[in-house]
Amino acid sequence: MPLAAPRPETWIRATPAGLYCEPGDFHIDPSRPVPRAVITHGHGDHARPGNGEVLATPETIAIMQARYGDGAGANLQPLSYNETLTVGEVGVRLMPAGHVLGSAQVVLDYGASRVVVSGDYKRRPDPTCLPFEPVNCDLFITEATFGLPVFRHPPDDREIDKLLHSLSLFPDRCHLVGVYALGKCQRLLALLRRAGYEAPVYLHGGLLGLTALYERLGVALGPVLPATGVPREALKGRIVLAPPSAAAEPWSRRLPDPLVAQASGWMRVRQRAKASGVELPLVISDHADWDELTQTLDDVGANEVWVTHGREEALVYYATKKGYRARALALTGFEEDE
Amino acid sequence: MNRFAALLEALLLTPSRNGKLRLMQEYFRSQPDPERGWALAALTGELSFAEAKPNQVRTLAAERIDPELLGWSYDFVGDLAETVSLIWPAAPATPAVVPLPSLTEIVETLRCASRTEVARLLAPWLDALDASGRWALIKLVTGSLRIGVSARLAKLALAEWSGVALDRIEEVWHGLSPPYQPLFDWLESRQPAPDIGDLPTFSPLMLAQPLEDDDLTSLDPRDYLAEWKWDGIRVQLVARDGEKRLYSRSGDDIGPAFPDILAAMPERVTLDGELLVARGGEVAPFNDLQQRLNRKTADARMLRDYPAAVRLYDILREGSEDLRGLPFAERRRRLEAWHQADGPRPALDLSPLISFASWEELRQLRDAARERGIEGLMLKRADSPYVAGRPKGPWFKWKRHALTIDAVLMYAQRGHGKRSSFYSDYTFGAWAGDTLIPVGKAYSGFTDEELRLLDRWVRNNTVQRYGPVREVTPAIVLEIAFDSVHRSTRHRSGVAMRFPRIHRIRWDKPCHEADTLEALEKLLT
Repeated sequence: MPLAAPRPETWIRATPAGLYCEPGDFHIDPSRPVPRAVITHGHGDHARPGNGEVLATPETIAIMQARYGDGAGANLQPLSYNETLTVGEVGVRLMPAGHVLGSAQVVLDYGASRVVVSGDYKRRPDPTCLPFEPVNCDLFITEATFGLPVFRHPPDDREIDKLLHSLSLFPDRCHLVGVYALGKCQRLLALLRRAGYEAPVYLHGGLLGLTALYERLGVALGPVLPATGVPREALKGRIVLAPPSAAAEPWSRRLPDPLVAQASGWMRVRQRAKASGVELPLVISDHADWDELTQTLDDVGANEVWVTHGREEALVYYATKKGYRARALALTGFEEDE
Repeated sequence: MNRFAALLEALLLTPSRNGKLRLMQEYFRSQPDPERGWALAALTGELSFAEAKPNQVRTLAAERIDPELLGWSYDFVGDLAETVSLIWPAAPATPAVVPLPSLTEIVETLRCASRTEVARLLAPWLDALDASGRWALIKLVTGSLRIGVSARLAKLALAEWSGVALDRIEEVWHGLSPPYQPLFDWLESRQPAPDIGDLPTFSPLMLAQPLEDDDLTSLDPRDYLAEWKWDGIRVQLVARDGEKRLYSRSGDDIGPAFPDILAAMPERVTLDGELLVARGGEVAPFNDLQQRLNRKTADARMLRDYPAAVRLYDILREGSEDLRGLPFAERRRRLEAWHQADGPRPALDLSPLISFASWEELRQLRDAARERGIEGLMLKRADSPYVAGRPKGPWFKWKRHALTIDAVLMYAQRGHGKRSSFYSDYTFGAWAGDTLIPVGKAYSGFTDEELRLLDRWVRNNTVQRYGPVREVTPAIVLEIAFDSVHRSTRHRSGVAMRFPRIHRIRWDKPCHEADTLEALEKLLT
């Protein structure tokens, strides 16, 4: 007689430190240091320093080491995509999430019950990382950063064209593009190269390290140069990538008549772009948009859905209406930045 | 429509005035007629569709979109046009092929559509357009673009693009209607200037230069006539062929908000004067006039509590005779003669000339102006013809001394455009006991070097951040100059200043020596 599959809530739950898997005795993307952590990807709100044992993809571990040095964790254990490791009584497998280099979904098997934790993910192709692979499961624990139907990201190529068109319209203005240091920066570089843009791209100091790391891990990004120390005149008509906050910092005063752009899913809302002083919004996101979020619920075939962070209420409402058992976990510690 | 939508979007996001001008010029240059004419009408606020209502957009959206999801989305986005444009779902599976509508098609169809037809028209257009196009369409339908472009800026773009002076465009503007084919024919030199005949159009105003202290040494008092500078707003009254208009200084028709002035207007004359609120000949503070401004209409209560009047100081046209080429002294004589013959009117009177023999005598009158609630003096050369714009020399405004207080810097906010990396907007406060109460906000009056110093100081002395705003340690004293201060129920301090600007940064002065709210209240008008 086959054993009844244990109900997910009996073995995985939200705690103040984040998602906790009891039969494996580990946390996933904990918000405070824990003895054992599985990390989905290298963004600072998911991969925090100071954990004991850390399990993650080799790329994510490299990123954590680049960011935190010795603070990355007491013992770092790489697990390649698609390989299974048994932790306690739980089978742990990492599958590509398509979010940034090294990003993973965590597939957990306990008894006959399977839970997939999406981490942050997107469904559209990204030249800098492997694409998301849907895995059938009983419970899908998903992000919902862009969990409202107003968020529909346009094709990347169109947004890159907007940037290149603006460069040709304003050849005397430096184009300062706000990008997140991990993932967005490198993806934008790769997209520019794919669109045939071969000139050097200038980077804010805060982006150089991770960009070099991507290159070392085999992602070709074309010529990049530090923006700091370059004469003002030389930056006319050039693309400068910097963290989104840099446009408001004294750092940006070195740039010739900068045209402020930003690459983010939030740029879809014009008033939001306007309020952040962005002149050229580029809707390029590393998160799933509404259509991707809802499509993925169907693709993974789970009958239960938990939503970790973002605009949970709309996705929970939608999933419930579609007949899923759905609830919001309201995990804290995750940022809106991307 | 895509091109128009792209223009609106770029105008919304471009902070600089020059950037906006360039975008509009490029649009006028590249777009065909009548497309650009309808766009111009939209930009100048001359386009409205009587039968299209925001509520129809709401209703349409509710038919297509789950109300819960629409509600959450609207809460997040905060703007109906934007929410609906973003959330509008892809067309149903087998859509009839709707070609992308042009702005012209949309405008011309909507103009003669009934209310039920509007609702039927909108859905297929929303299906055919992308998110930007939908946003532009909904903005058009709901009648408020809110993209930071005034009618005047749009006309200036026309002037710069065509090389025709702005004054000449403004002069014919009110005789034209969308889509302005004769205007574009003229601007592109295909036709002579449009003949506006006897329409009550706006004549661009002659403006005064501020008088600097050393200007007077080179001027002869015998060449000038002096008047009081009233604390209202400049208006032009135009009556021709039974039509009457009241224009603001930028050429906006504000007549509908001032039925009392329209009713008092004479026939067949163009007059220049100051719009005020006056009770029994006594001019009320500017604050009273403020109650009547920026409104579309005035109800009976407004008319009773804030009766408007115009104090006249120039005549530009009498009957069919254009008087603008005459010297000011001659026009003044004609104004007085006309006024005499016309007889008394309740809401119109003459701004008196002030007799004086020397600049010194005039200076004393000006210094006493504040006690009389007057903004200062106007000096006009007796021989000056009425010339549009702000020529240097014929007319001067000589404002009374500004008031000043020493206030303490409390909050700083980042500016926009070129100032976006600088904390350039400063909120300052005055003492009430041991507490600082914010009393105003200033973002001008300092040099670039001072801005750099203030910015650095703000960054180094921040105690709290609220988005783009930083609260700073109370330490810096700002000497604030302002024109006047009024009671206000909208401000916590209970007072509001007019034209506050930073006069000096008192790096030397300890902040506990700054002024009190009580001291500021003593200066109330």
